[in-house]
Amino acid sequence: MKSILKNRLAWPVIALVALLAVNQIFRADFLSLRMQDGHLYGSLIDIMRNGAPTILIALGMTLVIASRGIDLSVGAVVAIAGAASCAYIAASPEPASPVTAAVAVLIAVVAGLVLGVWNGFLVSTIGIQPIIATLVLMTAGRGIAQLITDGQIVSVTNDSYKAIGAGYLFTLPISILITAVVFILAAVLTRRTALGTLIEAVGINPVASRLAGLRARNIIWIVYIFSAFCAAIAGLMISSNVTAADANNAGLYIEMDAILAVVIGGTSLAGGRYSLVGTVVGAFIIQTLTTTVYTLGIPPEVTLVFKALVVLTVCLLQAPKARNLLRNLKPASPLRTKEKVAV
Amino acid sequence: MNELVPVVEMTDIAIGFPGVKALDDVSFRLFQGEVHALMGENGAGKSTLIKALTGVYTIDSGRITVLGQQKNFSTPAESQAAGISTVYQEVNLCTNLTVEENVMLGREPRRRGSIDWRAVRARTREVLAQLHLEHVEPGSLLSEHSIAVQQLIAIARSVEVNAKVLILDEPTSSLDADEVSQLFRVIRDLRDRGVAILFVSHFLEQVYELSDRMTVLRNGKLVGEYMTRDLSRMNLISKMIGKDLEVLEELDQASTRSQARLAANAQPFLETAGLGRKGSVSNVNLSIYPGEVVGLAGLLGAGRTETARLLFGADKADEGSIKIKGEPLKMRSPRTAIDHGIGFCSEDRKEEGLIGDLTVRDNLVLAMQATKGWARRIPRRVQDELVAEFIEALDIRPANPDALIRNLSGGNQQKVLLARWMVTSPDLLILDEPTRGIDIGAKTQIQKLVNRLASEGMSIVFISSELEEVLRLSDRIAIIKDRAMVADISNDDVSVEDVLTVIAGGA
Amino acid sequence: MSPLSTVAPPTVKKTSSVGSRLRGGARYAPTLATLVLFILMFVVGAGMYPSFLSGQVLLNLFIDNTFLIVLAVGMTFVIITGGIDLSVGAVVALSMMVTATMLQNGWNPAMVILAVLVIGGGLGLLMGMVIQYFDIQPFIVTLAGMFLARGLCYVISLDSISVTDPFFTSMAQARIPLSEELFISPGVLIALVVVGLAFFILHHTRFGRTVYAIGGNENSAMLMGLAVKSTKILVYCVSGLCSAIAGILFSFYSLSGYSLAAQGMELDAIAAVVIGGTLLTGGVGYVLGSVVGVLVLGIVQTFIAYDGTLSSWWTKIVIGGLLLVFILLQRLFTRRTA
Repeated sequence: MKSILKNRLAWPVIALVALLAVNQIFRADFLSLRMQDGHLYGSLIDIMRNGAPTILIALGMTLVIASRGIDLSVGAVVAIAGAASCAYIAASPEPASPVTAAVAVLIAVVAGLVLGVWNGFLVSTIGIQPIIATLVLMTAGRGIAQLITDGQIVSVTNDSYKAIGAGYLFTLPISILITAVVFILAAVLTRRTALGTLIEAVGINPVASRLAGLRARNIIWIVYIFSAFCAAIAGLMISSNVTAADANNAGLYIEMDAILAVVIGGTSLAGGRYSLVGTVVGAFIIQTLTTTVYTLGIPPEVTLVFKALVVLTVCLLQAPKARNLLRNLKPASPLRTKEKVAV
Repeated sequence: MNELVPVVEMTDIAIGFPGVKALDDVSFRLFQGEVHALMGENGAGKSTLIKALTGVYTIDSGRITVLGQQKNFSTPAESQAAGISTVYQEVNLCTNLTVEENVMLGREPRRRGSIDWRAVRARTREVLAQLHLEHVEPGSLLSEHSIAVQQLIAIARSVEVNAKVLILDEPTSSLDADEVSQLFRVIRDLRDRGVAILFVSHFLEQVYELSDRMTVLRNGKLVGEYMTRDLSRMNLISKMIGKDLEVLEELDQASTRSQARLAANAQPFLETAGLGRKGSVSNVNLSIYPGEVVGLAGLLGAGRTETARLLFGADKADEGSIKIKGEPLKMRSPRTAIDHGIGFCSEDRKEEGLIGDLTVRDNLVLAMQATKGWARRIPRRVQDELVAEFIEALDIRPANPDALIRNLSGGNQQKVLLARWMVTSPDLLILDEPTRGIDIGAKTQIQKLVNRLASEGMSIVFISSELEEVLRLSDRIAIIKDRAMVADISNDDVSVEDVLTVIAGGA
Repeated sequence: MSPLSTVAPPTVKKTSSVGSRLRGGARYAPTLATLVLFILMFVVGAGMYPSFLSGQVLLNLFIDNTFLIVLAVGMTFVIITGGIDLSVGAVVALSMMVTATMLQNGWNPAMVILAVLVIGGGLGLLMGMVIQYFDIQPFIVTLAGMFLARGLCYVISLDSISVTDPFFTSMAQARIPLSEELFISPGVLIALVVVGLAFFILHHTRFGRTVYAIGGNENSAMLMGLAVKSTKILVYCVSGLCSAIAGILFSFYSLSGYSLAAQGMELDAIAAVVIGGTLLTGGVGYVLGSVVGVLVLGIVQTFIAYDGTLSSWWTKIVIGGLLLVFILLQRLFTRRTA
């Protein structure tokens, strides 16, 4: 039992299960799934579907944070990707054709990659602190998105495009499938190559990594590009779900949720070992929390207060100083008091 | 002098950190109007003692009295209030502020709640004048001045409070000769005015030039207190490294490898000419032949690690040149060195070697993987073979490739780091203190390994603070003293005494 | 007492310059660049639109941005120590909600203002203590603070609450004439008082100089015996107080409280501070620079409003661009001094 609790994933999973249990108690049909018109329905599916964009972005954010960085610009990238694809569809001569939708997706993805290259350039080549470097795009990005949409909410009517966020395939929402594919992509990209290990090496000990001959620059570039790629896909999903691009509000504060998901999932903000599975669990916890608040009949807007408490609790549990304080509350062993005196 | 009451008296001081006893019942006294040198190798406890006196560390047991009054310092502010000022090697001032602020910060004269800047300036001028620093403009930014002047301004800060005790921790390490003499003039001045000065330096000559008395520490213990004029350099060194000369002589063994093998190789693998870096080390002239072990000898802190870092490109040299196999090479980064067949095990395993949260396997293949790039992952099967091979060859325990390396013992961590380079089959391996802090079994294994690798044709630069180890393993010995390479001698006719004589500097 | 032996010290190669040096004027360079930029924009604006060249356009920059000026002042304290405060926008919104609700329930305006100041300062103090005592990054702690403050807004009310209190409406409508054509609002006076006070604190008190010392080198500041811990906590309290004042000023300006107000205002404040010449790595910065930074943001907005063909989103893009330019300048600047 003790060894299970020591697993980094243990606490997030326990928290998720507890949240789900609370919901089940208050709503007996919470965990049930039903089939209707060949589609799966149920609260769990809803949680997954609503959480899909956050999960996507959090996956990219996980790798960025593992490399000792942070990407504040993902919300802006979401807005730009959605704006670019919807603006293209709206302006194309055949706004309903699947080909148009495919080109729109391509445009959004390329836009995302370009923005990722930009962030990577500022961080790795110019050497600006990640939080500041990505702040630039965070500030300017929404303006760029509005520039693309001309300040309007661009609505599109294209069934193929709509399918990305709202469609179904093999009884499951396509957004969930896309998220799963990106998850597998991330896992393969980092674990079938040496990328994951090298990201961790740079995040854990940049000095030793340099002395072992690692070129951190390329690795840092890749994580920012991947992060922006994930954000672009999320942008497609969000705009497709409402068949419109809202440059102002699409993905607003999603960077905060993503960072939160990563931290809850057990990846330290100080960089190093990361867990993609943990991040997914973390994102589910956030999404389930929202649902729980709703189930309990609390006004949904209050979720933010709960999120604040969750952030603080998780950070306090991760902070070495807080851990020491907790330990010292227990009857101190001779060694402990010694530590306290020495430090 | 002994009739006087010491300004500072530290009695039976002990300070421990988890797993280490940094100071073990050390006593120390400092008198008015003397320059007292605190001597010892790195890790002997000098810094810890100073930090206890300046309130950075709290002592576990023992007693500190300042001017006869018992003190329990728990913050630097308390120590300063008792009249103790410190000037650290890395000049702990704020370069973003002006000279006058750095002199007066936290003690600015105020008028009705507002800092009286005019009084600040007047007082600063007064203090600077006392240190012959009239030319320094109080309103200029600290960053405009050289390290030497910054150091003097740090001293001005202590003069400003009429400090009874001035601690100088490695104040000269980044100064040139003129700057050192300027600093020494100020120090002597202060001493003559009755300030008690505690001086720490790795430069033996400076210690002998400046100090009146010295206290020697070793491994956190007190060795003794001596009048500088009564202690010869040779005696000081043997007290610092803790071996009597006779014992050292016995351990002296010539290298067993034949010199003839080396003669056959006309071209050195690596040559340096006048290699150096400001504030680090200078005048490194080395030729390292294939299959040769070159020992770097010298006291800890003399510049051995700095030399190794220059050879590996961990620090960029700003003078001199490097040739590899006769070809000039600009050593831009460690990667350049690695691509040319050089490997480097740092003395600081934890900060510069281990990727603590990764497994033995990941750590072992890291350098090889780094050269291949991220996309070409070394196949798991190859990794397993390599790791299994080295775990067995180097007897790494536990023999579990998936153990986190931070959970291994020091000796086994060191073996993994050695293996990290061995898998890349380098032509030159630089080992900085590879046997420090590890158990005797692992130590012998590593020494044997060095011998074997050299006989297989690898060049090795071997750095150790244990002179006998260097002499036993090396074909040739380069001696580093006071941040410069001073000699390069073949080991066949070298005794411990010869090396120590060079280090002691012909006294 | 002469030294025993006079063996020459080791000869390290003589080089007169240690590192690179920073001339005295250079520390004002970024701020001066911003001031020049501001004047340039004003001149260009005047050249393009004759009506631009009026004192009232300039004064309106202050009137429309009182809250941002105060916010930037608080942020300057935090950033000079090397920290960051993401919570300020949300605390502004919370202050407005508290103001509107309390006034609606018939509280005395003086009590309301006092309560808002206590809440804002208290939140800042709390965040500072968590940052200091648990050693958690300011980024995350103030992010939590942002969620908390924004959430509390929603707890108070989801709808916009209008303010009808006579004192507040009079503050909103009052105009203080400076000459026959020129006027300012009482809010501007308050903002200027805050700026003056902040300037005094930063440059003429030990607390203020400690703020700079911490940003320059926290370890040195500690070894110099300065009150590092309490100062680090207090800067977040100052920022919280400034957010509360900004909230009250925003209430004067908008005469309402709304949960979604001041979204993203933390970014504007950070941008203004950086554009105003404060180093994000800490140690260098001026409140007056931050004020100029706010004015630059304001003039960008005015410019775009005057142009008519440019759309409002250009504001964000231009601010992002300016931010980039100034960050790159800072990078050059710190590389030279490093």
